Amino acid sequence: MHQLLQQIFSGLAAGAVYASLALALVMIYRATDLVNFAQGEMAMFSTYIAWTLVNAEVPFWAAFVITLAVSFVGGMLIERIVIRPVENAPILTMVVVTIGLLLIFNATAGWIYSYTLQEFPSPFPDRTLFGALMTTRDVGVIAVTLVMLVALFCFFRFTATGLAMRAAAQNPESARLCGVRVGRMLALGWGFAAAIGAVAGIMVAPVLFLDPNMMGGVLLYAFTAALLGGITSPVGAVVGGLIVGVTENLVGTYLIASQLKLTVALILIIIVLVFRPNGLFGTAVVRRV
Amino acid sequence: MAESASVDSAAKLAIRREAGMGITVWRWVGTAALIAVAVVLPFAISNYHVFELTQVMIYAIAVLGLNILTGYNGQISLGHGGFFAAGAYTAAILMHRYGVPYWATLAPAALVCFALGMLFGVPALRFEGPYLALVTLAMAVAMPQLLKYFDDWTGGKQGLVLVKPMPPPELGLDRDRWLYFFVLVILLVAIRLAANVLNGRTGRAFVAIRDHPIAAAAMGINTARYKTLAFGASTLFTGVAGALAAIVIGFVAPESFTLFLSLSFLIGSAVGGIATISGAIIGGFFIEFVPNVANDVSDAAPWAIYGLTLLLFMYVMPRGVVGTIGPWLAPAMQQFRSARRAAK
Amino acid sequence: MRAKQMIVAGLCAAGLMLAGNAVYAAGQYGPGVTDTEIKIGNTNPYSGPASSYGINGKVHAAYFNMINEKGGINGRKINYITRDDSYSPPKTVELVRQMVEQDKVFLLFATLGTPSNMAIHGYLNENKVPQLFVATGADQWNDPKHFPWTMMWLPSYGIESRIYANYILKNFPNGKIAVLYQNDDYGKDYLNGLRAGLGDKAAKMIVATQSYETTDPTVDQQVVALQGSGADVLLTAAIPKFAAQTVRKVYDIGWKPTHLLNSVGNSVGLVMKPAGLEKGVGIISAAHVKDPTDPQWQNTPEYKEWLAFMNSHGLSGSTTDVQAAIGYSYAQTLVEVLRMCGDNLTRENVMKQAASLHNFKLPMLLPGITLNTSPDDFDPIKQMQLQKFDGTTWQLFGDVISRSGT
Repeated sequence: MHQLLQQIFSGLAAGAVYASLALALVMIYRATDLVNFAQGEMAMFSTYIAWTLVNAEVPFWAAFVITLAVSFVGGMLIERIVIRPVENAPILTMVVVTIGLLLIFNATAGWIYSYTLQEFPSPFPDRTLFGALMTTRDVGVIAVTLVMLVALFCFFRFTATGLAMRAAAQNPESARLCGVRVGRMLALGWGFAAAIGAVAGIMVAPVLFLDPNMMGGVLLYAFTAALLGGITSPVGAVVGGLIVGVTENLVGTYLIASQLKLTVALILIIIVLVFRPNGLFGTAVVRRV
Repeated sequence: MAESASVDSAAKLAIRREAGMGITVWRWVGTAALIAVAVVLPFAISNYHVFELTQVMIYAIAVLGLNILTGYNGQISLGHGGFFAAGAYTAAILMHRYGVPYWATLAPAALVCFALGMLFGVPALRFEGPYLALVTLAMAVAMPQLLKYFDDWTGGKQGLVLVKPMPPPELGLDRDRWLYFFVLVILLVAIRLAANVLNGRTGRAFVAIRDHPIAAAAMGINTARYKTLAFGASTLFTGVAGALAAIVIGFVAPESFTLFLSLSFLIGSAVGGIATISGAIIGGFFIEFVPNVANDVSDAAPWAIYGLTLLLFMYVMPRGVVGTIGPWLAPAMQQFRSARRAAK
Repeated sequence: MRAKQMIVAGLCAAGLMLAGNAVYAAGQYGPGVTDTEIKIGNTNPYSGPASSYGINGKVHAAYFNMINEKGGINGRKINYITRDDSYSPPKTVELVRQMVEQDKVFLLFATLGTPSNMAIHGYLNENKVPQLFVATGADQWNDPKHFPWTMMWLPSYGIESRIYANYILKNFPNGKIAVLYQNDDYGKDYLNGLRAGLGDKAAKMIVATQSYETTDPTVDQQVVALQGSGADVLLTAAIPKFAAQTVRKVYDIGWKPTHLLNSVGNSVGLVMKPAGLEKGVGIISAAHVKDPTDPQWQNTPEYKEWLAFMNSHGLSGSTTDVQAAIGYSYAQTLVEVLRMCGDNLTRENVMKQAASLHNFKLPMLLPGITLNTSPDDFDPIKQMQLQKFDGTTWQLFGDVISRSGT
């Protein structure tokens, strides 16, 4: 029984990690209808910026805020400079452009910071809770992810900008006619996503340790989580992340050897998707013919 | 009669142009010239370059498979590296365990991958866009895990070292050149096969489903059957490419078939032109040579150079090399043909 | 007439022989060698999942630069060509062929990775190109009878795990063992070596095994599952990132097994400190190289020399990485072998000299550990020493252990 609880709580902790990056993926998708494969590497790069600041004796929370701001601006710039020129290209071209970004960020981080593992400070102390079921850092990741979720949810639901962003993504022409600055919405979307990614990276780095390949595996899980929950739903991203984390742990421990746990977990998730092709919380896109 | 013939051919021509295909005299001449170059080239360059070109052709066949599925049928696949691996290991296990001669492994590899693709195509019917990407991604991720798990068959993490084929003595060719011609023949067969399928009814059905699935269904096309068929055809090509890779490299291991391989095929497809056949060859060149060139340019961060090159290609030619140059070339050809026909 | 022809023929033959010797008087040269240069080829994963090993190639290059600055080896400079294979065997094959056929390198040095080396060793042995000091610890490379051109350098992972097996048999004969290993040849070698070392008791003693992929974000699930098996001995065969996570998780869940940690994952700076120094107290490991982050070596001249080298060659970002000390030692071994060849720089002679190392010491190896090779034994380092972590440093204990494992 104890083992089961341990695995579930570990799964929740891991799931929160996936969920935080999944939120960034959802953000980009809602704003631009595109899955950004470079999201993980951008988050990792932001984390290295934070690490450089912290190493330069900048206090943690100041470094945090500066990194967020830099990432936000960086995300907007990337949208303007890299994505805007290929806006009207086929989807595959845009996917390949994000893959190109992935390679550039990963290689640049490796070049500047080398591939040696680095420590990253955590704002939370290093203690275990609930009788060794979880650490304060894990709880910190979950808490921050939930805060981001609420913020995102409120943004899309209750703010004018959020509404404008949704409109710009769904129907750019009509949105323009209504006075929405579509270009600005797209850039904002990328900026926000980059900032969310930065938060994810900073929260995650103390747990996973910082190196240029830190987010590689996480991206795969985050992608799965976002789709499981519904690529357009922030709530879905978080729920999806937690489910992926727990499922993987339980599958690896009780169902099949850990060598196949990712395969089996993916198969299970695909089976779920067969019954709900738009994810658990996603909305079916109704197209007019 | 003449009236309906010209309508028929004009309509056919329009459809072909729409789908990016079209056979003209120049095309025949061009193709023949290319084949001639391909046949003569290996005797003018070193063994190592022959080996590189053989790799290019293998990647071209793999990318051609992806083009059929993603370009002509609009179903994205992030998992073709997995099907490549399936073909490679089918060939490897047959050669290593059962002593099957290398040329006889191609057909089983093709069959196995076709079956896998059809099997995959069925659940894939349910999904679109990023969801389909995830399902195919699962294939790319699961493959290495499965290969390591069933290590009695696959040699596990150690991989399988294969005996490299000896060329038939009568031809007087060394091993590298023999393999080059072997792969060249397969490539030409693959292109012919793809052209036949894609220029015919099946190809038009694929394109119709890609562009307007509802209209296509309304016109009586069995979308489920054709989408599944597209999957199977696509994985057949990529699987054969995998088998060839196993034969030419002489070694298979799970590390050879990572997620990045699937992404590379996608990159090759996009760079060459996704809804084209000749684009696959350009894609093959890109995948094979640009990493090496990037390495020479920058010792420190070659993949950043690769990424930048990729971005450059996508800006200048968003529809791929053939996809961008083709539509520019086609009207010119069209004018020429009309002028000729008017002069008759 | 016949006699005259024979005399002329004999004179010609003599003349040719003398002329031949005159050409070679400067030295016998294999491909890639001139009076001023020796070309060496290498592949390394500078990108991709195994990129943490890329530092090896960088250190080699820097070391050879340093040797060149001092005049080279017997007057010849080393031209070190290293390329990125991203740990992908087809790429390794291509790059090695390029280096042998186009760049015409003299030998391949420290090519990294078991599958990468497996893909090329047939080709290299067929073409009689030295595959010298492969950077992998798999057991199979020590086979001079079938692969006379391939030589190891690292003590194999199998040797190391047999050392652990013997330690367990001696100190915990009734122990229940859990194993966490990386799901590739490197990790599997530890598991197999442990099984071989335990002999018939293996099936009874090893109660649980869990593996992880390098793409897994965490290994928490595996550690928790291993705890659930009730084991009281844990062997971890993991690279630094996952070793650090394991050390930390084992402590956090309150599990107190006798923890054996493999040599790849025992760096103080990269593993013990990020995990939390207090969490690693009591962990046992084996080593053959000095850990640069271990306080006990900080004041030794060998460490200072290494550190100065790293800092003056643009590698100060990696002075916490034990892989850098390993790469340094590899490079020194090659320089010594090339020096031993003198002017007789043929591929055959390189292999001959490499197979004649006798008690060769290197500054960054643990005291007492030396390199020894012979025509039947292509595994230069067969010794390791056990050490226990005390919260600050690794305390060496016991004697240096040789392959036989006593």
